Amino acid sequence: MLNSQSLDVVLWVISGWLLIGLLGILTLHRFTFIARVLFPLGGIGGLVLAVAAFRSLINGGTQNRLLPIGLPQLHFHLSLDALSAFFLLVLGVAVFGISIFSAGYFRNSTGTAPGLLCLEFHFFLASMALVLVAADAYVFMLAWESMALSSYFLVTANHRLPKIRAAGFLYLLIAHIGAIALLLSFGVLQANTGNYTFSNMRMQSLSPFWASVAFLLAVFGFSAKAGILPLHIWLPEAHPAAPSPVSALMSGVMLKMAIYGMLRVCFDLLRVHIWWWGVLLLVLGLATALFGVVFAAVQSDMKRLLAYSSIENVGLIFAALGLALLFSSYGMNLIAALALTACLFHVAAHAIFKSLLFLTTGSVLHATGERNLGRLGGLIRFMPWVAWLALIGILASSGLPPFSGFISEWLLLQSFLFTPGLPQPFLNMLIPVATASIALTAALAGYTMVKFCGVVFLGQPREEKLNQAHDANLFEKIGMAWLAIITITLGLAPNFIIRLIDPVTRVLVNQGLAAQSKSNGWWLLTPTSMARASYGPLYFLLGVVGAIALAFILVRVLYHARLRRSAAWGGGHPWANSRMQDTAEGYGQPIRQVFEPFFAMKRHLPKPEDIEPRYEVIVEDKFWNGVYMPVVRVTEFVSSIVGRLQRGRISIYLLYSFITLIFLLILVPSARK
Amino acid sequence: MTDLSIQLINLFASFLLLLAFAMLAQRRVVNLVQIYAMQGLTVVAATSVVAYVTHQNQLYYSAAMTLVLKVFLIPWILRRLIKRLDIRWDVETLINIPSMMLIGIVLVIFSFNLALPIASLSTSISPGTLGIALACVLLSFMMMITRSKALPQVIGFLSMENALVFAATSATSGMPMVVELGIALDVLVGVFILGVFMFQIREQFESLDISHLENLKEE
Repeated sequence: MLNSQSLDVVLWVISGWLLIGLLGILTLHRFTFIARVLFPLGGIGGLVLAVAAFRSLINGGTQNRLLPIGLPQLHFHLSLDALSAFFLLVLGVAVFGISIFSAGYFRNSTGTAPGLLCLEFHFFLASMALVLVAADAYVFMLAWESMALSSYFLVTANHRLPKIRAAGFLYLLIAHIGAIALLLSFGVLQANTGNYTFSNMRMQSLSPFWASVAFLLAVFGFSAKAGILPLHIWLPEAHPAAPSPVSALMSGVMLKMAIYGMLRVCFDLLRVHIWWWGVLLLVLGLATALFGVVFAAVQSDMKRLLAYSSIENVGLIFAALGLALLFSSYGMNLIAALALTACLFHVAAHAIFKSLLFLTTGSVLHATGERNLGRLGGLIRFMPWVAWLALIGILASSGLPPFSGFISEWLLLQSFLFTPGLPQPFLNMLIPVATASIALTAALAGYTMVKFCGVVFLGQPREEKLNQAHDANLFEKIGMAWLAIITITLGLAPNFIIRLIDPVTRVLVNQGLAAQSKSNGWWLLTPTSMARASYGPLYFLLGVVGAIALAFILVRVLYHARLRRSAAWGGGHPWANSRMQDTAEGYGQPIRQVFEPFFAMKRHLPKPEDIEPRYEVIVEDKFWNGVYMPVVRVTEFVSSIVGRLQRGRISIYLLYSFITLIFLLILVPSARK
Repeated sequence: MTDLSIQLINLFASFLLLLAFAMLAQRRVVNLVQIYAMQGLTVVAATSVVAYVTHQNQLYYSAAMTLVLKVFLIPWILRRLIKRLDIRWDVETLINIPSMMLIGIVLVIFSFNLALPIASLSTSISPGTLGIALACVLLSFMMMITRSKALPQVIGFLSMENALVFAATSATSGMPMVVELGIALDVLVGVFILGVFMFQIREQFESLDISHLENLKEE
């Protein structure tokens, strides 16, 4: 195995996953076997995948393979280059944690049979890996669609609830609309040569108009999958509907497939770059990020909150991508590489910490049966493992040093600071606004995460039953701990990750950061030059730990040093009970006020004479009524017109064909001339 | 010799057209079957003449098959159907036969006009028949549109197929045998299925009037 090529290993892992899926369907109801043997095996597959991708990244180079399967004359073109390898690495690392977690998570419940779930899960994994090694449009679309389908079935695992079926349908619909756009985009990219391999597309030089058409179609198609405004609508519905490991996979990994696709099309297949493309992506990304984080701040369902936070993070990644495209269109490749590094770093960081956070919500859900933040609280005492592991994810997600989220946001801001070098004064004036909105997003993300952590884990339990909450089981702990360790590693050893990103940016924009960033030692990150900016996570960590230790010692030595337990969030009230502590709604209220124009709110306020006073606020997405409902109405109107053709009389139908035939026959002579 | 045979083929073609008009105007179901059988016979005769002139032996097989299938077997099946459905004396009310005839004439002119440039390029022995065949197809189609009972519609469909076979044999000297076999089988199976359907329709609506199917429309 060690001597074989990385691509072969990847293919073996893909077939292994498919095999595990088939085994699952053969042992449909043997729950213990599926949970304890098949899922961990799939996780080990992920680890093997990660190792293979890692080796490929270190060794460099591109491996190609032509598999004689598929339609005749249309074999599978596969290839593994640095870009694929990096995403495969992320996929493998995340899958290991999620699969091990799943081994302990899935219960033998009345929903989908465990074998079926196992099949869908591993097909999902295999199709994602296949997307990453596809080297022609045919394989790519095949894998892309099987990814959408298998994840649709995973989302609707609990298909007896109508709400979940509706969420699944919305997801499937938008996924397919996106896929059509992608198909058209590839159709434009092959430039009438009839050859749909990526290597052929690379050789085509499209006119600016057609290149822009291909680019816009790709943006539409991939943003439908990534949840970019205004195609994000499925994401907050589908992610909470799915079982938690599936939400983790979808949010952590599947959204990144869209980013991979964007990178592949924009930087690899399209050789020309036009400056407004980058601006478009930048604007889309920033709008999405801001929108996502504002909505995340006012959610009261923990999985919806994380789903909106995913929208925000993908928006940031898109913005970084747009910035890289912008720089690259002006030939500023080194800075483009910096923005790309920020983009890829955030891909890796978000994949890991968002998976971790979704997994912790799964554990909380199992222990308490609650997703509503208003009914949780104080879980750190009953579920210390989950709480502390979640805290790591929360800190990374808030973009705090020394965790992974900080580094990508820092790199992104660094690349924004280079924009004054752009040769367009108009853009130069616009960029500070963008930078400010990035900073705002980062701050609000922190706010949201404080809410998530504080309401779920701190304070007093809001319900009686929370006192019986139990901690995660062993498999769940291993899975989450793995992701937490990776998150910490990403944060503490950024130079090492940048060394891995370096070959990718070299492939895409012919520049890399590795040599520069570690020029001042492995532990000091200097993306451009020492004079400009540098960051030493380890020193920072030492500083933080030192300060905390100092404070601890000072409190112990100089202060009274006793541990005093009192009501959390009590604010000095002696009789504070769990109902009086700050709630998710209360905490989100300022944001709701400040960003009121963003929301469509339905509020129910208690009246003084109410016997059972009730306060309720439902925050809805304005896009739903503003964009989607008009489309629905137009569709219904058109169908009602078309429906009038349907008379139910055979003679009328025959008349239709007759008239069509006569019409075509009349056309024939004129067409011949 | 060839001159005579061309005349013969043209004669049969005009027969076919005449029968198509007759079918359009015929009200009694039993007579429709009779006309259908005569149409089949005309096609058989035309095919045999073409086979004799062009020395293509496979066309004899084709003619024999048409004879067995369309002159004997299918009319027999249809007559049995009529007997069992007890619609022997059914008369269909047709509205406005004269104007239907006029539309038919317009269709014939149209198809001649359409076939003219194609016929001038054709190398077959009787290029003029293509227009007639096309006209027959359109007339049968029109018959299907104007009838409201199930059985006449089936006959309209079958006569359309007759016209197609005629077009194939006389205008282009025959289709490949495989294709012809396939079509023959299709027609036979189609008749069987339609027969079953007719029984079902009557079971459901106690009538063969297909306007009852309108009730199946989704609101």
